[in-house]
Order: sequence, then C-alpha cells, then structure tokens
Amino acid sequence: MQLTVEFGGGLELLCDSVKIHSVNVDVPNGEEKLTMGDFLMWVSKNLIKERPEMFIKGDTVRPGVLVLVNDCDWELTGQLETTLEEQDVVVFISTLHGG
Amino acid sequence: MDTGEKLRRGGGRLCCICNDRRAALKRPKTLQQICRECFYAVFEEEIHQVIIKNQLFKPGERIAIGASGGKDSTVLAYVLSELNKRYSYGLDLFLLSIDEGITGYRDDSLETVKRNELQYGLPLKIISYKDLYGWTMDEIVKMIGLKNNCTFCGVFRRQALDRGAALLKVDKVATGHNADDIAETVLLNILRGDIARLSRCTSITTGEDGPIPRCKPFKYTYEKEIVMYAYFKKLDYFSTECIYSPNAYRGFAREFIKDLERIRPRAILDIIKSGEDFRISTSTKMPEQGTCERCGYISSQKWCKACVLLEGLNRGMPKLGIGRTRGMSSDQMKNPKPTGAAKNIESKQCGSLDF
Repeated sequence: MQLTVEFGGGLELLCDSVKIHSVNVDVPNGEEKLTMGDFLMWVSKNLIKERPEMFIKGDTVRPGVLVLVNDCDWELTGQLETTLEEQDVVVFISTLHGG
Repeated sequence: MDTGEKLRRGGGRLCCICNDRRAALKRPKTLQQICRECFYAVFEEEIHQVIIKNQLFKPGERIAIGASGGKDSTVLAYVLSELNKRYSYGLDLFLLSIDEGITGYRDDSLETVKRNELQYGLPLKIISYKDLYGWTMDEIVKMIGLKNNCTFCGVFRRQALDRGAALLKVDKVATGHNADDIAETVLLNILRGDIARLSRCTSITTGEDGPIPRCKPFKYTYEKEIVMYAYFKKLDYFSTECIYSPNAYRGFAREFIKDLERIRPRAILDIIKSGEDFRISTSTKMPEQGTCERCGYISSQKWCKACVLLEGLNRGMPKLGIGRTRGMSSDQMKNPKPTGAAKNIESKQCGSLDF
C-alpha cells in the first residue's frame, strides 16, 4: 500500500531530517486492513533512526505528538484503530519542541 | 476507493458548530469536533475575548511580541496582527527577539523570525547576549559546561527582553506562553516550593509595578490547538530543541502534564485554576522587591541575579550565584568583594534600562 508520511515540529530530526517520506507498506499477514496501530510500529521500525522514545510510548505515540490522517485529527477517526487506505497521508507533529 | 468512502472513514462526522463541513479536529478544551474554518474562528475569537476581558492592551499602545521563531510566538505574532486589524485595537506591534549566541540553534531560528518580519509586516528588533553581557551562550557553555547553563540563559533572557523592550519604547511585552506551559510552571513551582513564583506564574499580566509589564494572551490556549492552527495555516515556524537544553526536571513535568491531558484534557485548565486559587499563608515570607545596586534592574537582593552570574563569569568563578539564591550566604550577597574585573562589568551594558 502506497502511503505518504510527513514529520513536523522537530520529529523529522529523528529520521535524518527528512520531512516527507513516500512509503510502501504491506497489510500484516492474516489481517484485512492496515491500522494506524500497525503502521506506527512500521514507522518506528523503518523510518525512525534515533531516539524512538521521542516518538513512541508504549503502543502509541508519545503524548504531545499530534497525528493527522488526510489532514484529520486521528482523535476523530479512532486513533490506533483508524484504518489506512491507498494514497493516504499521515502526518506526525511534535508539540514538544521550542516555543 | 471513492471520496464517499474517504468521507465516511475520515470522521464522516460533521462539524458540531456549522453542521456543514467535515470535522478536522477534536478540541481538547471542549471535546467538540469542529472543522477547520470554525476552528480558526473559535481559536481567534477566544483569544480576542481573553484580551478584552483582561484588558491586556489599551488603544495606541506599543506592544513587543517576544519572538523566538518557535510555534507559540509565531502563532501569537500572526493572530495578534490579525486581531489588531479586525477589531481595531490600535496597537503598534513589534517583534522582539533575543540572540543568545547559540550556533546551530538560535541563528537558524532567527532566520525564521526575519521571515516573519516580512510575512506579517512587523518591525523586528534583535538583542544579543554578546552586546548586553559580553558573552554568548556558546562562550558561557565553553567555560561552565552543560551544567547550570540554562540558569544563565534564563536569567539573562529575562533581562534582555526588558532591555529590548525599553529600546523599542514599548508599553508592554506579549509572550507566547500557552496553557500547557503555565500548568507545567505551576507544577514546577509546587515541586520547588517556590511560593513567590507560584502566585505570580498564573497571572495573565505581570510586572505592572515594574518598568515594562508582560502579558500572556495564550494563557488559556492549548498547545495542541496552537500547533494545529500553525499546521493548517501553514505558518512558518522553527522547531529544534536547544542544543544545550537537557532540563530534565522540566521535561518530566512536561511529560506528566501531557499524560494527564491524554486521560482528561481539562486537567491543564484545572491545574492553572489550582495555581490561581492558592492562598499564601501569612507566615510565609515573601521576598521584598527592590532594585539591583549595580544595574538598577528589579531585584529582591542587593545585586540582581544577572549581575551575580556575570560577576562569576568575569572572575572565572562561574559557580557564583548558582544554586539557591535564598540559601546563599547573605554576606556573599551583601558584600561582593570588589575586584578589578568588577569595574569592567560596570562599564558593560549591564546598566540601567535606558542605555
């Protein structure tokens, strides 16, 4: 599945300062859909190069990291249960940097 | 996949204000689901109401916006200049930035502020530690290492903002402190037992008895909304952590607040409320406010903190003034030994506000 990931608010520093990534992610074996929960694990394994604790805490994003799927706050779409589809754009923004 | 599918999935819910457009975010303050356009409207209107209710500004005033290039001050500069036009506040707005002299951090963020100057058409003034104190943070860190450097930076920045404000001849400084910042500071002041600051830190306007008052128009504005606003409006801000800032204690308080917010977003406003409602028992001694004998800046001691720190730096004793000022031997504070270096400092612009 072809997806676009964008990091902002300083999170890009965790992945070689690259803000926008075009990625290809497979739906996990035995699953019908790719959820944000699966995708978060994929991102932290494949895109995050350093200090993963700035991005992930437990099984979800660290508090203070905003997530938008197709420019919609993931708090409206079911957070970890949000299902992703072809060409979706997922944005992660840290609120924790600077003032 | 068609657009219908996307709509249904992407929170097919409609904005609870206009009932027309698709909701784009959940407000932490009210848990309302609202669309972008309604979000802009309520976000700006709430800040306008805070400004009006608290009489933060008077018509004709000159206001400096403390601008770091970060998200809060960038959104503040944008929103204030919008509201100033929309509601005819009649304010002369300026951007005031502090250059601490941190290579790879502040030099980059100042570039952002310079772009903001053009984007929002607000005149910019930059004040540097080097000019004010004779030291950059890079030089200070070279001398003292990475311990206590934030103390130097914090004390120096406070004064630098005041001095910059005096140079701009502004009536007030507006800073981008948001609700999350204030809740965090309430907690920190409790954790440190700093009663004087605890009672001050929730005030929306401070320093009204001093030369230049400061105000926080974002006192009730959630960080999440500031970042969402900047993201949706595509505002140009800089977001890199200061290279010298470990500040673990504040970091824990921050994380704690964010954890609470996830469970109950109102926690942030409630902590601010708790801070506001604290009563200080009469037996608690409050430090008396005076002025620094050396530079004339407000100080509860004979010398202000910046002068004590600067004295330490210039004498090669950077630990001077580090730690608890209140616990510091009063002899040391009252009778700082005159040295050759002291003369030097006096000739530096550590002086009065109208240099």
